[in-house]
Amino acid sequence: MAVEAVPPVAVLPETARVHWRPRVDDARLRRSALLWGLTTAAHIVPFTGAAVLLMALNPVALPVALVLVAHAWVIPELYAQRGANVLRPRPRAGEDPERRALGLLGDLVDHDARDLHAQTGLVLEPGRLGTWLVGEGGAVLLHGRRRRAYCYCVRVDGDAVESATGSRELPSGDRIAHLLLALRADEQGFATVANLSFCGARWRLRRRLAAPMRPALARAAALDSGSSTPG
Amino acid sequence: MSKLIRMDQTGHSTIAQWTPSDPDSVDAAVAAFRAELDRGYLAMVSTGPGHAEQVRELPVDAPLVILRLPISGG
Repeated sequence: MAVEAVPPVAVLPETARVHWRPRVDDARLRRSALLWGLTTAAHIVPFTGAAVLLMALNPVALPVALVLVAHAWVIPELYAQRGANVLRPRPRAGEDPERRALGLLGDLVDHDARDLHAQTGLVLEPGRLGTWLVGEGGAVLLHGRRRRAYCYCVRVDGDAVESATGSRELPSGDRIAHLLLALRADEQGFATVANLSFCGARWRLRRRLAAPMRPALARAAALDSGSSTPG
Repeated sequence: MSKLIRMDQTGHSTIAQWTPSDPDSVDAAVAAFRAELDRGYLAMVSTGPGHAEQVRELPVDAPLVILRLPISGG
């Protein structure tokens, strides 16, 4: 049987720092989704079940039942908020550094991605695992047929490198460019190095995103709908 | 003319510029490139839409080489 030659993959050097982590692939993404789904159910089912039981035993317990239902609703929302935080804009650098960094980022992406970034602050990047939305503090991967959202928190080391500007922060465009270049060099390595902050339904993430960012999520979902990867 | 740039707090800084046909400018760029790698920067070259590659030696024919800092889980 003929075996198709697979080109060697350049591994992101940062993966050496997390050598104990298995390299992220489709199977591992599906496993993460299953575990996060079970964890969410483990939060929702007991609280909701207890509320139903209380109401069945004695309707006077309505206030307590409502508190339990609120817990069942709030806990998954807090997880989703943690996921949305990876796309939250960071403090701005000076006007000139921001403009220069934006110029470089604009050179790295195409016209559509530039427009989307101008509207939402996020860069849409199609990948092999799915479609990515890259922000300043991380990236969201939409994977599989159900376009489940995987929120990865990533930071750029050495933000505090001394600079003539006296600023400790990289400009926003440079933050995104750092993540984008690493993602393009080794998508699986990028997901391996990053910390998974949230994995769950896209609608849950969408509710926690700032309104200007939501069109980027919709665009990524539409793009990813063509993916043949099972989810 | 090819450029070696470093993403930093200023937006980006041009570290070196060279022309492949000018050995002196190439030597200066290679020296600057190695100095930045020694400081902990990683060098990247775009290899087409949506693709980039890390390089450990200065690709003299590349029009743009970008130096980035390492990333880690946040």
